Amino acid sequence: MLEVKDLHVTVEGSEILKGLNLTVNPGEVHALMGPNGAGKSTLSAVVAGKDGYEVTSGEVLFEGKNLLEMEIEERALAGILLGFQYPVEIPGVKNIYLLKAALNAQRVARGEEEIPAPEFMKLVREQLSFMKMDGSFLQRAVNEGFSGGEKKRNEILQMLVLQPKLAMLDEIDSGLDIDAMKVVAEGVNSLRSADRAILMVTHYQRLLEHIVPDHVHVLVDGRIVKSGDKDLANELEARGYEWVLEESAA
Amino acid sequence: MSAAHAFLQRLGERVDDEPTWVAARRQAGAERFEALGFPTKRDEAWKYTDVRRIAEGEFTLADDAELDEARFAALDMPLDAHRLVFVDGVFSAALSDLTELPEGVSIEPLTTAMRTNHEAIGGAIGRLAGVDFSPFTALNVALSEEGAVVRIGQGVVVDKPIYVVFASRANESARMSHPRVLVMAGARSQSTVVEHYAGEAGAANFTNVVSEVMLERGAIVDHYKLQEASTEDLHVASIHVEQSRDSRFTSFNLNLGGALVRTDLVTDLNAQGAETNYNGLFFVQGRQHVDNHTLVRHNAPNTFSDENYKGILNDRARGVFNGKVVVKRDSQQIEANQNNANLLLSDRAEIDTKPELEIYADDVKCSHGATTGQLDEEAVFALRTRGIDEQMARGLLTLAFAGEVMDRVRLPVIAERVERAVAGKLPERFNLADLVEVSDALEEA
Repeated sequence: MLEVKDLHVTVEGSEILKGLNLTVNPGEVHALMGPNGAGKSTLSAVVAGKDGYEVTSGEVLFEGKNLLEMEIEERALAGILLGFQYPVEIPGVKNIYLLKAALNAQRVARGEEEIPAPEFMKLVREQLSFMKMDGSFLQRAVNEGFSGGEKKRNEILQMLVLQPKLAMLDEIDSGLDIDAMKVVAEGVNSLRSADRAILMVTHYQRLLEHIVPDHVHVLVDGRIVKSGDKDLANELEARGYEWVLEESAA
Repeated sequence: MSAAHAFLQRLGERVDDEPTWVAARRQAGAERFEALGFPTKRDEAWKYTDVRRIAEGEFTLADDAELDEARFAALDMPLDAHRLVFVDGVFSAALSDLTELPEGVSIEPLTTAMRTNHEAIGGAIGRLAGVDFSPFTALNVALSEEGAVVRIGQGVVVDKPIYVVFASRANESARMSHPRVLVMAGARSQSTVVEHYAGEAGAANFTNVVSEVMLERGAIVDHYKLQEASTEDLHVASIHVEQSRDSRFTSFNLNLGGALVRTDLVTDLNAQGAETNYNGLFFVQGRQHVDNHTLVRHNAPNTFSDENYKGILNDRARGVFNGKVVVKRDSQQIEANQNNANLLLSDRAEIDTKPELEIYADDVKCSHGATTGQLDEEAVFALRTRGIDEQMARGLLTLAFAGEVMDRVRLPVIAERVERAVAGKLPERFNLADLVEVSDALEEA
């Protein structure tokens, strides 16, 4: 589904990713871990199409297509959705407008009719209650005045409504208390399916107790230096990153 | 020969059968205008607005109001309203609809009102905006021929909006008009008055309107000025409001069209309990120029004003906002809030904003603020990552900026029209209205 090949990326002149390779297949859940400054968030930013990241070499393919040539919205319509570490507040744009505009953009891109209002509301309300959010969220401006936990739940709500093929979660656990983490994890887990993939970027192992990954990768200094299964995350929790660094240096 | 003198010559022989007092007033306007001349950039109030295109223009007064229904329908709003229509300043009985006026309400063209009721309106007209306010009001007094006169009796709640349409035709040669609007709102009456300036594409006329709105004790008036003339039209408007005790005036000054637009809005709060609310929104692109000068005079204690003006400027458009609040000596317990926010969608657009406060009392609560910024690119990116295309993302954010003003608009037809103009390609407003309905229904279930 997602193939990242020898990706080199510079930000403001300094190289952050230095030959990153990663393959994510349908049905898989991947966790990208690593110390601060390793370039974890850079990968999701490049995949989403954020400005200011210069790809100097390598490629990123999504379902065989060159992702780097696609507009930001085209990537979303192709099925990639990024859950932000710091979701942006958008004063004046109601949540419900965003959800409806986004869902209809998807449907129109697939050549379908726009969704009728009753059907849309039913869908949204189901997901809303799943995320333990009340109806007033819909009428509030996107993320405006939301607590940290509410913002993260709102990101997952968008995923549940939009049903991406590849969900990328950038530090979705940061700033969450344990109850909020459980709700967020349940939301993410409900997305798991044979034809969907999830790529989580996280600093802590804690999230992975709730969303159990199939693959764990350690990113150090712009490269994946070690991959394994969920046990690798446990090991990292117990021993820290030092030993991986030593191992990769050796 | 001065530009001012040349302008006055065009009145010609049109008005030689007028009553003496009308002719005398016209003469006074002409003299005043000739003495003042067109304003220049050396005049503080016109520092940023160059009116040479008006002064050097060749405009004639229109003789007819011919506009077939199809052409009119393209300009008219589908408002269920009492309708008074002027075409290039000339009254059109055919396009107007004043058939079902409620008791206590009179809506007439100025010429009719002058003929049949001149003792009632002769003193009122020009009382708030005479020849001294500006060269353009003087010019209006000199050249005005027609207009709308609305009188609302004591305690009357007018059932429908009073909708005055000023249609500007795409003529072979440029026309000018100097209409007047007079609204006399009786005590405890309630009404909505819409002035709509609409123009055909390519119309390049000059409109110089003066409106006076008088609110007696406890009267409530919602006043809309929707200006969406063609981008070659020249438009100068002066709106003067006088408020008695416990009256409430709410203005919506919505500017979308015009090449050169100047609006002055002045309110005198003359007795306690009077409240005035100014809501303004302008959206300009290309090389449009819009200038809003507002003034609130708190002439009595316990009076309130609230002003919120928003400007959206694209391309090389230019905007001016000058908002002044004056609190008269010893007018205590005043509350006055003023806010002006501007959104620049292009690097070459420009706005000059100047809030002014003059306070001669000590027990007052006044605030003012002005901001100018661009669209939040982080927000544009966030919306695009949800599959919303860039144009729609920018449209949504632009509309969100205008939302604070638009949410207060109580006539959905106007809100929708302005939203479409501002946001361009967007999900239909009515789909959104549907959503809210369905959402409410589900909540109850």
